[in-house]
Amino acid sequence: MTEAYIYDALRTPRGKGRKDGALHEVTSLRLSALTLNALKERNNLDGHAVEDVIWGNVTQVMEQGGCLARSAVLASDLDESIPGLAINRFCASGMEAVNLAANQVRGGAGEAYIAGGVEMMGRVAMGSDGAAIAVDPTLAMDSYFVPQGISADIIATEYGFSREDVDALAVESQRRAEIAWKEDRFAKSVITVRDQNGLAILDHDEYMRPETSMQTLGALNPSFQMMGEQMPGFDKIALLKYPHLERINHVHHAGNSSGIVDGSAAVLIGNKEFGEKYGLKPRARIRATAKIGTDPTIMLTGPVPVTEKILRDNGMTISDIDLFEVNEAFAAVVLRFMQAFDVDADKVNVGGGAIAFGHPLGATGAMIIGTVLDELERQDKQVGLATLCIASGMGAATIIERV
Amino acid sequence: MAEFTLTKDAEGVATITWDVPGKSMNVMSFDGLAELEACIDDALADEAVKGIVVTSGKAGSFAGGMDLNLLAKMKEDAGDDPARGLFDGIMQMHALLRKIELAGMDPKTKKGGKPIAAALPGTAAGIGLELPLATHRTFVADNPKARIGLPEIMVGIFPGAGGTTRLVRKLGAMGASPFLLEGKMVEPAKAKSAGLIDEVVADPLSAAKDWVLTAKDADIVKPWDAKGYKMPGGAPYHPAGFMTFVGANAMVNGKTKGAFPAPKALLSAVYEGALVDFDTALRIEARWFTHVLMNPSSGAMIRSLFLNKEALEKGAVRPKDIPDQRVKKLGVLGAGMMGAGIALVSAQAGMEVVLIDRDQAAADKGKSYTEAYLDKGMKRGKVTAEKKEAMLGLITATPDLDHLNGCDLIIEAVFEDPKVKAEMTQRVEAIIPEDCIFASNTSTLPITELAKASKRPEQFIGIHFFSPVEKMLLVEIIKGKETGDRAVAKALDYVRQIRKTPIVVNDARFFYCNRCIIPYMNEAMRMVTEGVAMPLIDHAAQQLGFPVGPIQLTDETSIDLGAKIARATKAAMGNAYPDSPADDLIFWLEEEGRLGRKSKAGFFDYDESGKRLGYWKGMADKYPLADPQPDLIEVQERLMFAQVLEAVRALEEGVLMDIREGDVGAILAWGFAPWSGGPLSWIDIIGTPYAAERCDQLTEAYGERFACPPLLREMAEKGQTFYGRFNPEAKAAA
Repeated sequence: MTEAYIYDALRTPRGKGRKDGALHEVTSLRLSALTLNALKERNNLDGHAVEDVIWGNVTQVMEQGGCLARSAVLASDLDESIPGLAINRFCASGMEAVNLAANQVRGGAGEAYIAGGVEMMGRVAMGSDGAAIAVDPTLAMDSYFVPQGISADIIATEYGFSREDVDALAVESQRRAEIAWKEDRFAKSVITVRDQNGLAILDHDEYMRPETSMQTLGALNPSFQMMGEQMPGFDKIALLKYPHLERINHVHHAGNSSGIVDGSAAVLIGNKEFGEKYGLKPRARIRATAKIGTDPTIMLTGPVPVTEKILRDNGMTISDIDLFEVNEAFAAVVLRFMQAFDVDADKVNVGGGAIAFGHPLGATGAMIIGTVLDELERQDKQVGLATLCIASGMGAATIIERV
Repeated sequence: MAEFTLTKDAEGVATITWDVPGKSMNVMSFDGLAELEACIDDALADEAVKGIVVTSGKAGSFAGGMDLNLLAKMKEDAGDDPARGLFDGIMQMHALLRKIELAGMDPKTKKGGKPIAAALPGTAAGIGLELPLATHRTFVADNPKARIGLPEIMVGIFPGAGGTTRLVRKLGAMGASPFLLEGKMVEPAKAKSAGLIDEVVADPLSAAKDWVLTAKDADIVKPWDAKGYKMPGGAPYHPAGFMTFVGANAMVNGKTKGAFPAPKALLSAVYEGALVDFDTALRIEARWFTHVLMNPSSGAMIRSLFLNKEALEKGAVRPKDIPDQRVKKLGVLGAGMMGAGIALVSAQAGMEVVLIDRDQAAADKGKSYTEAYLDKGMKRGKVTAEKKEAMLGLITATPDLDHLNGCDLIIEAVFEDPKVKAEMTQRVEAIIPEDCIFASNTSTLPITELAKASKRPEQFIGIHFFSPVEKMLLVEIIKGKETGDRAVAKALDYVRQIRKTPIVVNDARFFYCNRCIIPYMNEAMRMVTEGVAMPLIDHAAQQLGFPVGPIQLTDETSIDLGAKIARATKAAMGNAYPDSPADDLIFWLEEEGRLGRKSKAGFFDYDESGKRLGYWKGMADKYPLADPQPDLIEVQERLMFAQVLEAVRALEEGVLMDIREGDVGAILAWGFAPWSGGPLSWIDIIGTPYAAERCDQLTEAYGERFACPPLLREMAEKGQTFYGRFNPEAKAAA
């Protein structure tokens, strides 16, 4: 079978997803086009070099609606002959874009793809695209729908993670993120966002709070306790699905959950011939991809079964993986992953994660593939696995191997 | 025309009067619908008619609702395709109400329609409100006794004649929810402020007539038929509406624990209807209403909670030919919790009550229970000072048995000791009139045995109340071997006076209710000893529709009571008493002093004020948690079969004489899964063959207590149902 290689991976810095965030003035379209152009330029690609642009994006309404992928292609320096495909698998959209592209290449449908995504969470509010699973009684009631924060708290309750456990992971994420930036570990991947005059708008992740400590986090009230215990009482729904639990332990808050941010990322994927044509050296091959559906109520446990699946399907074991990126949607998600596989925390999210950086929904999946690749190169290791939990109960994973 | 009549006056008002012959309150029937349609057609076609008023010929009420048999008939008439029959029938009803709403106006200009108003003399429930909602304006008499609302949800259905769609479009999902989801009935003034009706007036008929003669074209166009209509509070994908709908799903699911089909279907009709135009929304409502009617739960709930409950209250099992036995003067022996409660509900019903205890202080203490209850009512503005005085005046608290002279019913509620009871019986019988009926409120002692102390065993009977008396809706009447018909009639007439629902059963250990409840609680206790997580057991029961789980219930009723019953039963049964790990657990907790809420320690831990803190962690030291835990369904079936098999055995042994009583009694006495219609209805729903098969599997897995009763086995082999084989109506007719 044809191999799919990663030739390049880059991302914008993540800006705070609110009015005073640096990227708040930038449209989804401009940030997308800017990311595509950066990839084209630094790899000296022709305008028609790729088969398609697969663009992950979750809240596909208003400026992110109307197949943003196609709009982004037209707004970029790529030729109009490149079509553009907007996809949504919630938090794994960016990863799914990469996986789809890789599998197209492996299957022989074109030499190369650009895959990535964007989410301007400060401009297009999460959830503003509606969701039948939350409001249509035939599904919301029968699937025991609860918001993600409640799901994260169910994980903490079911698997025994205390408030101290989740806060400690958050503090560690911030600490690692600060070191990574100090040591300039992301230099290869982070591009500067510039305006139409070439003036820099943002060149670093701005959401981080390196001063975070157990004390500062300890002062925060759990975010989902009110909606869980009082109005409208989601804990009762959680207990319908998890009746052996006595009550839900609410441990998550803004400080140990992923942040609301703006950002974009893109990965250049192609076969061997593509690299030869453009004189590019492959950085890694995409060894395996997987996705899975899980219980939608606890919702966020997907990384565990999808990792089991990807390893099993490819004849691998957990010890074959050198480094992990497990998206820090909520602290309990990562704790559960490490608990299930008994992996050393030193191998997981080495340079911090979404708790420190923020989680631009449609882009994160592509970002963390780039992040794990950077870290494999830095540590001179071979095999990395990236995985995310996904809304409505799904999981996705990608295994890459340096070549 | 019998049910609806049309009259026209000189000013051009056509009045349609609804007056079903032989009924105290109107109900909508097949014929009624056809007649109403004919009247409407006539009035709309008549050029001399300028406006139409729909009213009722009944004083104080408009209509009580739909004749529930109508729905059954729609189903029957459709033969092989009952869903089609229901759907088509419901759509016909929509067409009629829509014809009223559009009133002959031009579909494009919305002009030229005839104003139609509803004039309600009083109570309007179900279709009695859905019809006015389809008119252009509703006038209600200023009658504080009237109740307005849509109570359908209480019997397992929902307003299916456009009431759901119209009310949500009128009030928004949030505003409509107390009426649709809780079946709240309110007095006219409140109905007006909520927006259910338009005007409260002294003379609704003349006000309605005036209005239809002056109303303009624009006055009769419903908001949802006008351009630019927006749902109050927002449709589901409006930001505010989104939160409302997310919340509504969670609240309804949390409250009903997913056990009741009607609220779910109702919410779907609301959600899907809110996304489309009005006529499409009515069609969607009809599909979901049909869906609920096709669910066996709705039929079972209507049967038990409406038809049969009412039949029992109206004396379905009362011995015929016994004259009125209403109680005038009641003697209550024992002013403890039960006696005090019995005195309260009896005085409330206007009876003279003599409340006896061994000394004045004890008797007064019992009476003070009524006083405290009335004080609470006064604080809430529900009781006046005069009423309080009058009610307290009816209760004589005294240690002096001579006051019992002139009583026509005695209810004994003294200590559960046969000797004490026998002595009281003899002392009191020496004083009371010859024809006085003597009842015991025992919950555990066989009536036939207690009756041996009486010189008039044919006048001796059991009247078993549940605690707290003023809240519990059921009273279990127990016939001893020699109890005569007049005693039964007396007990039934008394229960009717205090407005509770009676069941009459034959005497046997624990009668009917406790006979089912005890094995249910014991099964829960057994599971605790097997290491099943306590929350799983309680949640399993709640997801079956029980208001509280069996473990919590045990803590509430107290653990030493359970231990006492177990010991007494063991003493009475001797070697026949089956040893049970449930008893080991109960006795152990009793020894540990963990007696339940009252000792602030039991299966739960409590704080100083008696608030539950959580399940007691120490339980796992004695009974370690099983790994893995059983499936929810397995826990639920053990809890269910423990109860329903006792109900079958009670029927088999003749303790239960009428399956209606078994079903209604179970729901009212211990909250048995109301959605199922009761234990016997539940078996009918799952099917006797499946029930028998599960008995065999449960017997093999857990023991002989799940052995299939011969009656159930036979019914399973013949493919019978309880309501097919023991059809109470057929028996009544015979």
